[in-house]
Amino acid sequence: MTITKKRKATQGNFLTSTQELNCATIAAHRNTRPVKSSTSIRGSLAGLALLVGHQAVALAESPTSIFSTLSTPAHETNSIGLFVVIICTAIFAVVAALLGYAFWRFRAGNSDEHEPAQVFGSMQIELSWTIIPVLIVVVLFLATARTLFSIQDAPKPANALNITAVGHQYWWEYHYPEYGIVTANELHIPVATGNGGRVTYIKLTSADVIHSFWVPQLGGKTDMLPNRVNEMWWDPQKAGVYVGQCGQYCGAQHAKMLLRVYVDTPEQFAAWVAGQRKQQTELVADVVDSTSEAVNPSVGQKVFEQQSCINCHAVQGTVANGRFGPDLTHLMSRDTLGAGAIQNTPENLKAWVEDPQQFKPGCLMPAMHLTNKQNLQITAYLQTLK
Amino acid sequence: MGSQTYPVAGGLQTETAPSRHGYLEEIHSWIVTVDHKKLGIMYIVYALLFLVIGGLEAILMRIQLAAPGLHFLEPQTFNRMFTMHGTTMVFLVGMMILFGFGNYLVPLMIGARDMAFPRLNAFSFWMSALAGILLYFSFIGGNGLAGTGTAPDMGWFAYAPLTEKAFSPGHTTDYWTIALLANGIGSIGTSINILATVFCMRTKGMTLMRMPMLPWLYATMSFLTLLAISPLTAAQAMLMIDRYLGGHFFDTQAGGSAILWAHFFWIFGHPEVYVLVLPAFGMASEIIPVFSRKAIFGYPAMVAASVSIGFISLGVWAHHMFTIGLTSYGNAFFTLSTMLVGVPTGIKLFNWLATLWGGKIQYRPPMMFAAAYLIQFLIAGLTGIMLSVSAWDWQLHNSYFVVAHFHYVLVGAIVFMLFSALYYWYPKMTGRMLDEKLAKWHFWLFLIGFHLTFDLMHIPGLLGMPRWIYTYEADRGWGTLNLLISIGGVIQGIAVLIFVYNMVHSYFKGELAGPDPWDAWTLEWATASPPPSYNFATDPVVGSRRPLWDLKHPDDPDSAFE
Ligand code: HEC
Ligand SMILES: [Cu+2]
Repeated sequence: MTITKKRKATQGNFLTSTQELNCATIAAHRNTRPVKSSTSIRGSLAGLALLVGHQAVALAESPTSIFSTLSTPAHETNSIGLFVVIICTAIFAVVAALLGYAFWRFRAGNSDEHEPAQVFGSMQIELSWTIIPVLIVVVLFLATARTLFSIQDAPKPANALNITAVGHQYWWEYHYPEYGIVTANELHIPVATGNGGRVTYIKLTSADVIHSFWVPQLGGKTDMLPNRVNEMWWDPQKAGVYVGQCGQYCGAQHAKMLLRVYVDTPEQFAAWVAGQRKQQTELVADVVDSTSEAVNPSVGQKVFEQQSCINCHAVQGTVANGRFGPDLTHLMSRDTLGAGAIQNTPENLKAWVEDPQQFKPGCLMPAMHLTNKQNLQITAYLQTLK
Repeated sequence: MGSQTYPVAGGLQTETAPSRHGYLEEIHSWIVTVDHKKLGIMYIVYALLFLVIGGLEAILMRIQLAAPGLHFLEPQTFNRMFTMHGTTMVFLVGMMILFGFGNYLVPLMIGARDMAFPRLNAFSFWMSALAGILLYFSFIGGNGLAGTGTAPDMGWFAYAPLTEKAFSPGHTTDYWTIALLANGIGSIGTSINILATVFCMRTKGMTLMRMPMLPWLYATMSFLTLLAISPLTAAQAMLMIDRYLGGHFFDTQAGGSAILWAHFFWIFGHPEVYVLVLPAFGMASEIIPVFSRKAIFGYPAMVAASVSIGFISLGVWAHHMFTIGLTSYGNAFFTLSTMLVGVPTGIKLFNWLATLWGGKIQYRPPMMFAAAYLIQFLIAGLTGIMLSVSAWDWQLHNSYFVVAHFHYVLVGAIVFMLFSALYYWYPKMTGRMLDEKLAKWHFWLFLIGFHLTFDLMHIPGLLGMPRWIYTYEADRGWGTLNLLISIGGVIQGIAVLIFVYNMVHSYFKGELAGPDPWDAWTLEWATASPPPSYNFATDPVVGSRRPLWDLKHPDDPDSAFE
């Protein structure tokens, strides 16, 4: 199955496409483990655990499993995580076995009147179970520190793609300074491997409260704080759609602050960029006035621009330049509406414009109480924003 | 055993509780009391009431999450439920019930007649009680009395700037803040009291190193409470200044800092976890020896481990902030400090194991819960180590894995130990035994429910399910797991109802306990059940850590080994 086909599948079958993709990527990933970590004992142990983890996760078929990793930061966190899981499981097995043995072996008999021998302590034994944990801690710490520094302080490649992501109450805003693009909710980045591949560096900040940017298959989460910029990076190994969601409680609709990341091949990405750079225009052609009965994009645009829509939304190249809500310039290039809350179909779009609160109660776009005709007109216009 | 009371070193006389007054007089006597035992019982009953309320909130949330896309609760209602559930369970249940046991037991175990400052003690209780009323009044008063009821909905750690006026208008946040301030004052009062009691009120012969483990752990816990509650109280005051006096400590729109609140909150919040778990360690260290019929293994190491857990826990708070954007060195430091807590914690666990070793373990209800506690605490500790691995925590942070981990600590360890303690000391407090048959039902149902819920809850976390969400997408693969988790929650609820029934039923109909039903060794068992208001007719004199052992085994006293 080629990537393009997968992307089609995504659009056609919103709910299951990511699952499909996930199975495929898990399978592919088994053969493409990074060479680096298999050189050490830690690495091979982790590799073993990774396999076990993969089996378990393949069962659950979750597109957000932290075990089906598709970029270096996610691989590395995963390896260290599984290494720790193995050590902890071993400790658990030993101690739980001892406890279980003691529970069983030393249970009181029925007719036993005598108190058992009283033992008050033993220096040697106690020293041993102090020193052994200290050694384990040292090992775990060193292993963690290595991963930690290698991810967090990785040098940025010169050709990295820089993006700024801004968290808003219940949606995401993206800036691509290199291309002068502003978009929302659905992030497009290039795959990092192969010819023309690029690593993506994302600066994270927030316009209101704390959010957290989390796409498990690509890496751990990083918080978005107002008045502060954090940075993280991904080097996706495989094209596809990856999902995640806001990881820090941010208010009423935290649950529907979903994330979709489209990892494109270099060609797809270039095409997408070209599309996003196009400006829209004022469609003056057949406009009579905004009270017109006709349902067409030009009338729709006038209605849109005469409502308060444009206080909150921008359509680049037109008078609409609001910044409170998502940029709508290329709305129709998105698969979903409302930060992944619903699929972007004409019916859903109209229903959203009528009353977004039916999909995301508590979200910051109010129901506009327009007439059905006006909604149809606006929807007709929005559908031209390709 | 049974009816006989043991005089401790020199003709101690005990009396039964004073005869009953009239109904109103009885209530009055509770309201004006400064008796540590009555206050202790009031703390415990108050906390159990809130345990039921907080539990109900949890069940409502679990119904909503049982399947993807349900509409059982409104989003906002769900958000209120988890905020209230967390705040209730930590401040109104955890703190209160542990202070209740501390109040009741510490003076009795060290042979004192009351706490060091009885009036401060009553004041602290009523302040903490006020906190519960304030918090729950927000359901009525949050948007003004005439408006619809509401409640705080910014999560129990109330991250700024979500709590600022711009994002949380209305008064629910204010009720939350003031409730925590009141509760904090109560907690600080009680901590001072416990510290003063432990250090100044010990009976003759009870050196610090002869003190039972429980008062030791309460002393450590009180010391931590003093240090931890202060930053919380300061932060609450700052938040109120922001909200009402135009301050901008946390008001990011005016240049304030969101991270500042996080630091304040967690420098309280992490020690708080140990504030809650240390008393449970103390209870385990009393109950496990008695039911293994052996002295606690390695007492000096146990004391040292407890105190060092207290100290280390002051330096681990930012492990709640690994994703907030600390430097790599910051992350490394807090990884190491957090892992280090594992060492003294391990020592404690191994010493309990060694206490069991070679003993004759009696599986009465307190011991059943204590045994489950040991295994569950082991697991909770190990998942804690996993979370301390900062790089991996970037994935696990704020996921259901974390929710599972801390419920393993709070329920699997602390609540199990509290049930154990209630079975163990209920006879002392009321003079009657709890029914053992009901206890078994309670134990097995709660155990099954607990494991169904919290074992499975780790998995959606690993599959990327974040906490605080009122619903989730069907394609994520979390549905079945969540259904089972919810079923486990309901089973736990039923078990708790059985327990509540048992408490009420046994209060009137339970078998009489006598002063020393468990054939135990510490001083609280040397006096009547329930103890007279003055506890001990004469000051007991002790010659070892287990004064009643010495009395029961004059041929083989502990005092010969010290
Ligand atoms: C008060 C500001 C405000 C006004 C006025 C407003 N919106 Fe919105 N709009 C928002 C916000 C905020 C969101 C994001 C909601 C979310 O996902 O939580 C949004 C989302 C949208 C979306 C979905 C965008 C996406 O990519 O998911 C569309 C389409 C939209 N608005 C159209 C309109 C139209 C048409 C009008 C006028 C009839 C309008 N909006 C008026 C604030 C506003
Ligand atoms: Cu968010």
